[in-house]
Amino acid sequence: MRGDPRLSVIDRRLEKVERIVAVTGGKGGIGKSMVASCLALNLARSGQKVGLLDLDLTGPCDHLILGIGTSFPEEEFGLVPPLASGIRFMSITYFTGEQPAPLRGTDVSNALIELLAIVQWGELDFLVIDMPPGLGDALLDAVRLLRRAEFLVVSTASLVVLETVKRSLGLLEQVGVPIVGVVENMRRGKGKAVEELAVQRDLPFLGSLPFDEGLEEALGNTEKLARTAVASGLMKMVQNRLPT
Amino acid sequence: MHEFALAEGVIATALDVAEKEGLKRISRIGVAIGELQQIERELFSQAITEIMPEGHPQLIDVDIDLRIEPARFCCRSCGREFGFAEVGGELAEEESEAIHFVPELAHTYLRCPACESPDFEVTKGRGVWIETVEGSE
Repeated sequence: MRGDPRLSVIDRRLEKVERIVAVTGGKGGIGKSMVASCLALNLARSGQKVGLLDLDLTGPCDHLILGIGTSFPEEEFGLVPPLASGIRFMSITYFTGEQPAPLRGTDVSNALIELLAIVQWGELDFLVIDMPPGLGDALLDAVRLLRRAEFLVVSTASLVVLETVKRSLGLLEQVGVPIVGVVENMRRGKGKAVEELAVQRDLPFLGSLPFDEGLEEALGNTEKLARTAVASGLMKMVQNRLPT
Repeated sequence: MHEFALAEGVIATALDVAEKEGLKRISRIGVAIGELQQIERELFSQAITEIMPEGHPQLIDVDIDLRIEPARFCCRSCGREFGFAEVGGELAEEESEAIHFVPELAHTYLRCPACESPDFEVTKGRGVWIETVEGSE
């Protein structure tokens, strides 16, 4: 093979995107999707042109958080992500519905490259990317292919989560990508473990989002979601880092 | 059309190869299309021709050779090797379309004909790739 034509056009697909923010953390179940979805929603509600790409190909859920239907993307020199709640949204769910996508590492990598090559984002102020858990193919491909991406790292105060988040931060630092900051999610107590982790690594600690018992009831309803403590708290903490 | 997005990649990649190899003019681009992606040869050829920048000094009278590579699969569970024709006939239109856009979704909609596992390897015929770029220095 002399060349993979998909790789040559990824930068072109993103050339009118001002900033790319990848929400990561490494561990599953820490609220990356919630943070990514609320971030995209808040940015859109503040008047920004926003895209959201759910790159969790095996466990996508941003469409549920934001109540986005399954209307198929329009075909126009590629695929144009449908506009929902002011957000250009792309997810594997447009193609799979509720069916499972049992993908091994190279398949994840290929599917991710395919989406990056064929999706026409157009002009955006922000493209928010919801990264899947793990430090494998998807994260490595995001680092390799999304050269302008900045990483927003989510953690909880659990020792089990912190252990993985440290490894994620270690990898991001090793490859030299910009880190917007660290966000503590689902805060319950008064501990400062996440803040201390950020300080130790000389990274901005953006703040803590509370564990919100009522969050589940706001899922699928963007009006309710925007009023949750998670969404409003997130907006306050990123407004200096992601000025709108 | 989605074919235009891929066609743009074909031209961009051919120009990258030409630059690396010092080709001042490209005379032929050989492109393989994996059967799994179900791209029509005529449609793709038309997309490449239409997307080629007019008047580009490296792209005058370029022959585009498109080859369809049959898709082959090998089941990781039972070892059975099979082709697309054995399993693709039952696909609904939207399933076929999903694989057309993202070929990895074969694992969502196709099954090994022997053991019905979705855990198979696509050994041949996935996606679109450039095989040759020929020209003069």
